Amino acid sequence: MRRVAVIGTGHSKFCFNSPKTSVEMLSEVAMDAIQEANLTPKDIQAVNVGNVLGDFEEGQGMIQSFFANDIGCFNVAASRFEGACASGSMAVRDAVMWVASGYYDIMLVGGVEKCTAMGTPLATRTFSMFGDAHYEFPAGFLFPAVFALLAHLYASKYRIPLETLKEQMAAVSIQSHEYAMKNSNAQIQKPITKEDVLKSFMVSTPIQLQDACPFSDGAAAVVIASEEVAKKLTTKPVYFAGIGQASSGKLSSQSKYLPRIYARELASQQSYQMAGMTPQDMDLCELHDCFSIAALIAAEGLGFFDFGKSGEAWLNGETRIGGKIPINISGGLKAKGHPIGATGVSQVIEVTRQLRGDMEEQGRQVEGAKNGIIDTLGGDGILVSMILTNQ
Amino acid sequence: MDYKLTFKDYDKALKKDVLLGLRCNDCGAYTCPPMMVCGDCASTNLEIVEMSGKGRIVTFTTCNIAAEGRENENPYTIVMVELEEGPWIMGNLVSMDPKKVTMEVIGKAVQVGHRVYPGDKYSPQPMARPAFCITG
Ligand SMILES: [Zn+2]
Repeated sequence: MRRVAVIGTGHSKFCFNSPKTSVEMLSEVAMDAIQEANLTPKDIQAVNVGNVLGDFEEGQGMIQSFFANDIGCFNVAASRFEGACASGSMAVRDAVMWVASGYYDIMLVGGVEKCTAMGTPLATRTFSMFGDAHYEFPAGFLFPAVFALLAHLYASKYRIPLETLKEQMAAVSIQSHEYAMKNSNAQIQKPITKEDVLKSFMVSTPIQLQDACPFSDGAAAVVIASEEVAKKLTTKPVYFAGIGQASSGKLSSQSKYLPRIYARELASQQSYQMAGMTPQDMDLCELHDCFSIAALIAAEGLGFFDFGKSGEAWLNGETRIGGKIPINISGGLKAKGHPIGATGVSQVIEVTRQLRGDMEEQGRQVEGAKNGIIDTLGGDGILVSMILTNQ
Repeated sequence: MDYKLTFKDYDKALKKDVLLGLRCNDCGAYTCPPMMVCGDCASTNLEIVEMSGKGRIVTFTTCNIAAEGRENENPYTIVMVELEEGPWIMGNLVSMDPKKVTMEVIGKAVQVGHRVYPGDKYSPQPMARPAFCITG
């Protein structure tokens, strides 16, 4: 298989109530990515799009086709990926395989979502569609409940007093808000304190509002190309060193492993193995912190900390720039925002820009970073992992 | 290949407080809620069995938000229960005031019963949901 590189990136500001349509949001960032790659839409051979709930948000299905046409990629193969919040990452991983195989040389991958158009009650209902509709939704199973159940299980299994765990969870949100202040594309740009978190609305015990990411609108796009093409078009290609993806059954069926997510461990092992790397080789990480507890579970599943120990790592600053493994220097889903179909693509862009050294200006560059990993979770169990490198 | 224990049959039994599952004739493991294959070894050599409906709470959450159309259920407690036969299932804890449910409930013995979720435009049929009472 050929090496594949990111050669262009485009990222919108994530926000509430975007005045633009999903096609408009995605077209803007796609043109940015194509221009950054020194290409025109005519050079794009195929398009992949992560979009989850367009049908409910705008009454728009099959957005990938209208989007491709909208930017002048007339009549190309255009595919939509749906794996809840991992959709964007699935779209990227699939495109990497098409280019690696030699079938295409240049592809465009976008992700877009307009979650806030649904309003909170419908958004809550549609997000719950990513749990089991017959055996788990009838009990009132919602997305915050997944991680609320896992938080209590985590406290019980690792024998951490709930109060201590709550402080560790708050540390995740506090750090993310701090870095989001330096990210001009972030949805939420204000600092929060431990008191802010612990006094916020109790959504689903023990998850409070400030443990949770917001509903978001936004888009992100990348152009990827074979190594040969990349070297002609850019002086700073960032390569996919490893990719992985795995799936799971309904939450209760994962009983043997919980609160660990087995599919995450499989997906990341696939990435590490393909890259010939270990967690120690990673210089930064963007992981799926839809809820603060999700970040703790993810950091352990990716191999950065012992099980039950990542909360201490956040409290001790090991996840900050200069720490053992800088995590979510973008502000994460919590503060950067989480337009679900775009999130995976956004994570790829964040790591790409760090590996190109583009973050100096924003004051959040991880100095000398060579390798970074992204981790995306869809529903209660589609996991995608990708390792990027500038080497 | 026919589906051995469909949702329709599982649901019909649960509406009479009978929890059905599958026992694997190859590895002996139980699968509940049902699947096409054994959740442990993927065998299709399965038989339908009546589960004891007894188990222990392994985790819980009390929700103060609900999906569109279910706001009248707030607050409510979701539990995951490890059944005597091994599998975990999700349901509600109905024998306690949701506001008073704490970490103390983890490990408590429960017995299954049922409540009915009337369904909405995305899930038209009324569906049974396991409703657990603490027994000790
Ligand atoms: Zn079996």
